[in-house]
Amino acid sequence: MRGVLIVGATSPLARYMAHEFARLGDTLFLAARDMDELQRVASDVQVRFGATVHTGRFDAAAVETHEAFWQEVLRVLGGLDGVVWVAGTMDGLEDAFREPQAVRRLIDVNFTGAASLLTLAACYFEERGKGFIAGVSSVAGDRGRAQNYPYGAAKGGLSLFLQGLRNRLSKRGVQVTTIKPGFIDTRMTWGRDKLPFLASPQRVAKESVQIILKGKDVAYVPAIWWLVMLVIRSIPEKVFKRMSI
Amino acid sequence: MTSLTLHKQITGWGRYPRALCHLYRPERVGGVIGTLQHAEPNGFLPRGLGRAYGDAALNSEGGIILMERIDRFLAFDESTGVVRCEAGVSLADIISTFLPRGWFLPVTPGTKFCTVGACVACDVHGKNHHHDGSIGNFVRSLTLLLPSGETVRCSREQNPELFYATIGGMGLTGITLEVELQLRRVDTGWMVVDYVRTRDLDETLRTFHERDEHYLYSVAWLDCVAQGRGFGRGVLMFGRHATVDNLPPARRQNPFTIPRKRDKSVPVDLPEFVLNPLSLKAFNGAYYATHPSREGVFVDYNTYFYPLDSILQWNRAYGKRGFVQWQCVLPYENGMENLTRILETAQRRHAYPFLSVLKRMGESSGGILSFPMPGYTIALDFPIRNGLFEVLNELDKIVIEAGGRLYLAKDARMSAETFHTTYPQLPRWQAVKTQVDPKGVLQSDLARRLRLMEVAK
Ligand SMILES: Cc1cc2nc3c(=O)[nH]c(=O)nc-3n(C[C@H](O)[C@H](O)[C@H](O)COP(=O)(O)OP(=O)(O)OC[C@H]3O[C@@H](n4cnc5c(N)ncnc54)[C@H](O)[C@@H]3O)c2cc1C
Repeated sequence: MRGVLIVGATSPLARYMAHEFARLGDTLFLAARDMDELQRVASDVQVRFGATVHTGRFDAAAVETHEAFWQEVLRVLGGLDGVVWVAGTMDGLEDAFREPQAVRRLIDVNFTGAASLLTLAACYFEERGKGFIAGVSSVAGDRGRAQNYPYGAAKGGLSLFLQGLRNRLSKRGVQVTTIKPGFIDTRMTWGRDKLPFLASPQRVAKESVQIILKGKDVAYVPAIWWLVMLVIRSIPEKVFKRMSI
Repeated sequence: MTSLTLHKQITGWGRYPRALCHLYRPERVGGVIGTLQHAEPNGFLPRGLGRAYGDAALNSEGGIILMERIDRFLAFDESTGVVRCEAGVSLADIISTFLPRGWFLPVTPGTKFCTVGACVACDVHGKNHHHDGSIGNFVRSLTLLLPSGETVRCSREQNPELFYATIGGMGLTGITLEVELQLRRVDTGWMVVDYVRTRDLDETLRTFHERDEHYLYSVAWLDCVAQGRGFGRGVLMFGRHATVDNLPPARRQNPFTIPRKRDKSVPVDLPEFVLNPLSLKAFNGAYYATHPSREGVFVDYNTYFYPLDSILQWNRAYGKRGFVQWQCVLPYENGMENLTRILETAQRRHAYPFLSVLKRMGESSGGILSFPMPGYTIALDFPIRNGLFEVLNELDKIVIEAGGRLYLAKDARMSAETFHTTYPQLPRWQAVKTQVDPKGVLQSDLARRLRLMEVAK
């Protein structure tokens, strides 16, 4: 029985990832900002799987609170086997094209917060010599696009950060996995025109957890995005600039 | 929190009528409340999985709040079988979560792909209505979001008028956020079914009355095409939950494991000529012929309760124009005569239903606009054709004269007058509606068509 921390647990993707871990009998610590929602997600996992589920408030942008939060998780679970970072937001993207505060907030939640908490996790697992860290980044982090680069830049930063962590920790028996989902059928994509390869959060969650438990380094989910991004990354900047992808 | 809407044409399960709506799909309870902040000239309506047939879950040029993502289980008491869950939880989800622990739905409609919140809004009935009544009887309490933004709990003790107005209230008294439901204890995932084939309507009804009381579940398939001597013949299906001892020895180890069926799907609209009187005759005749009387047949719960669910999008089989289900309930008094009139009128006017199901109903749950009342309920599926609605209007008249009524969850076309005449408790319901929703924020195409908020003339 493992103890797993899931950060950003109120998102549909995280919720179904919690289902997958709970199905395997893991004890969970779910963290998010919206405590009412978090309690609902936790109760759901408890009722469905009879799992032991703890909850705690976590604000990705409030970096100064991360140390205390981390200690609390360790205390409650009495040790930890894995951390899954799912927190992320596209809220405020429109403002982020013009306002410094907005772009900063977007980067804080999606990148700085992740880097902060995962640093604590990295040190913990490094010392124990085992465990796993998984971060949900995004295909948006593979290439800067006019439509969402503030978000993409933060996710790109997260991908690089995880890559570095992987390098650092692989020598110490700690697995770091980067998940790069494509379009997921959630609030972030709702109301937009037909998006290619739109996948349900259930499916992305299931595949992601399989990928994490297999100890893969980087994976696109669904896998087709590997090919899509290979093509998109290979378009020369000169051409890309004139396209509206 | 951004909350985009999707401007889209949607329909009920019958694919008639169609409506252009603004679809919201909140993923959090806070998001449901937030949705109401938007400006929608035609107000809002909660919607589950769109399995109501007609316009009950449509709101043209208004907001539709899809509840499917508000689907968390909140609490379950293993000893009493009471579950508290969010309204968007589907019946399929309830079964897959609790059947392995020995609990089943207390009442289920003929599809499991619908939400518990909507089942309460329609006060759905199942094959056990003669025995247990509708789902409202098993609802312990509800948590509603009122148009004012206020969240209230209601039950038989707490805000009872609101409770009874919401059970069967078609989503118009508030958005149900949570439901507390009493589940039913079962020993297995299997049913024991006795099939009885009858020769005519008289025998059909007689068999019903003689045997019904001994079974938890009963329903009859009627051959509505057969005329003359075979008029009203059918196949009655009496069922009960199997106990472990009933099971063949090989199944006793895993009594809740049932075979998984491969889903089939209807990929395109079938052209109209496929469902002509001849093919309907052939279909009905074949069904009748292949269902002889047999006792003690084992079937899994999916086969018994949800025969159509394994054919995805079967509603497309009725063709591009869609179909309506006409379902009425007729009091027992003169029931035989009235049923005969209905079936004969349909036949005389060449309106042959593709599917016809007859059931017996027991006491009402007390829901003010609930459909069930003691009597026979018959449901007829008609593909839409020129002239069909005139025939159905004639059938409506028979129902009015008989003192019966039509089921709102299936209706797409009855007149406001018919509705006002046949739902005598409407003023009592309107009093609650006026109180909780004075500005008429919660609306639907059904509500406007039936002039739900007008006083009868
Ligand atoms: C094959 C088939 C068989 C059926 N058999 C039966 C049967 O045997 N007995 C029977 O009674 N019915 C039957 N029905 C009808 C069906 O069970 C009901 O219409 C059911 O309510 C549909 O659920 P839904 O989630 O699809 O709701 P929708 O069709 O989306 O909505 C139905 C109504 O519920 C309201 N609603 C939805 N969510 C909420 C909420 N959270 N709060 C308040 N109101 C809400 C909507 O406004 C609407 O008025 C059958 C339907 C099908 C397709």
